[in-house]
Amino acid sequence: MRCFVSERASAIPPSGIRKFFDIAQTIDDVISLGVGEPDFVTPWCICEAAIYSIEQGSTAYTSNKGTPQLRGAISHYLDARFGTAYDPEEEIIVTCGVSEAADIAIRAVVDPGDEVLVAEPCYVSYIPCVTLAGGTPVPVPCRAEDEFRMAADAIAEKITPRTKILIANFPNNPTGGVMGESDWRAIADLLVDNDLLLISDEVYAELTYEGDHFSPARIPEIRDRTITLNGFSKAFAMTGWRIGYLCAPQEITAAALKIHQYVALCAPVMGQVAAYEALRIGNEEKDAMVREYRLRRNLFVDGLNKLGLSCHLPKGAFYAFPSVESTGMSDTEFAEALLREQHVAVVPGSVLGPSGAGHVRCAYAVSRDDLKEALSRMGAFLESHILSEQVSQN
Amino acid sequence: MDEKDRILLHLLEENCRTPITELAVLAEMSEQDVKDRITWLESTGVIRHYGAVIDWERAGDGNVTSVIDLKVSPERDFGYDRIAERIARFPQVRSLRLITGVYDLQLLVTGSSMHEIARFVAEEIAPMDRIRETATHITMKTYKENGTTFAEREEVERLPYSF
Repeated sequence: MRCFVSERASAIPPSGIRKFFDIAQTIDDVISLGVGEPDFVTPWCICEAAIYSIEQGSTAYTSNKGTPQLRGAISHYLDARFGTAYDPEEEIIVTCGVSEAADIAIRAVVDPGDEVLVAEPCYVSYIPCVTLAGGTPVPVPCRAEDEFRMAADAIAEKITPRTKILIANFPNNPTGGVMGESDWRAIADLLVDNDLLLISDEVYAELTYEGDHFSPARIPEIRDRTITLNGFSKAFAMTGWRIGYLCAPQEITAAALKIHQYVALCAPVMGQVAAYEALRIGNEEKDAMVREYRLRRNLFVDGLNKLGLSCHLPKGAFYAFPSVESTGMSDTEFAEALLREQHVAVVPGSVLGPSGAGHVRCAYAVSRDDLKEALSRMGAFLESHILSEQVSQN
Repeated sequence: MDEKDRILLHLLEENCRTPITELAVLAEMSEQDVKDRITWLESTGVIRHYGAVIDWERAGDGNVTSVIDLKVSPERDFGYDRIAERIARFPQVRSLRLITGVYDLQLLVTGSSMHEIARFVAEEIAPMDRIRETATHITMKTYKENGTTFAEREEVERLPYSF
């Protein structure tokens, strides 16, 4: 029998952490800093509204682009919170999480042969989505010395006549880097001069700790060449509900909607009800969660630096991205040994892009007590390795 | 009072034995700054005093306790289970049983005062859908208490890795 798997599917490399998964399965007391999701349960007021709607029989398909109530609420929220205006009728699609939003955005705009710049290290889905759409992903490094912001010169270097799109995610997973208004203005000039489109994944926008999140679509010159992606998973602790959204000028939204209606039809209705409720009454609980993440960040990053794992203070998201170069180990060796010996799970940075090498991603979306325990285990780990290194040198 | 003071107050309210060094890291300020601010908050009476949270029941004393009987209209396919699940989520509800007789559900509720319990019944329990009647009995003296929670939910397991 011939192999039925498509060449495109075969070309996607397997997950870089499969092995780590398997090891973690065999250990009981793992403290996992490897998860990209909040440890909080969705606020009860949101759950309660969704339960009630199910009881009322709200279980059918919705409009392809999402319920009018939710689109209206999103439009109002984006305007009030980030100063970006999108028409709820023509410019917003509610999707099955930001993952789907990224996929349909990319498929709506990428043609075979197009080069797509991807600011890395980054979330794992952008590059495979570009590949599946027939495009050529071109990584653009974000550097530790720039606090992992995206630099205009690094982008300019990679632009060719085939370049069409730039994909960026700020606040950034995995580095916690953020982009301010002046950072974005420099990029905006590049986008205009080279006639490029920006896909901006802002799912961590609410998790910004110093100053306010700046949404690039606020810059009038690039508003119509920007696709903004956002969602409810991180801000409202709603990962399992799978609700995200895509905002873009009408022409692009219409194209993405054609794909969305065939692959997903619509986002889950109970999730849409919950998301609407999150925007309506979830603010206070969201703010409380953000305050707690900030405390955890301070505690954890201070602890890492005291251990000698140098780490810039991440200004957004819930990840610390320390360098492990001082240990003499690669990020993969460090992550595997730390998991095996001290039962602390972290993600090797190189899994998230070449510029992530030498770093590990630690999600501080766990309790402060767990963070303290993780730090003490990491301390023990470093001590045993430094000692064994000294012994081998002697 | 500024934002930094508020953060300190929240941290102290959560655990007033948190060391100054840790408060300084959490609230992003120097240790001296933490000390100065706490001294000021104490002297102005914003911090009234430092105390422990005591489980008096465990220590042998009790709060105000009452038993509340409810008449409930059961739901098709689910009976009383789902309404019971909802009621059980309120932290004030110490135990919850389905019983035979005139009433259907029986709750054991504790609160710091009679007033608190009365408000809980009037505002949270009585208005719920499917509750037809309530009867509140204040405990005068407790002879035996079953302190174990019944509706303990299993912890949701998270994947060790996700992106």
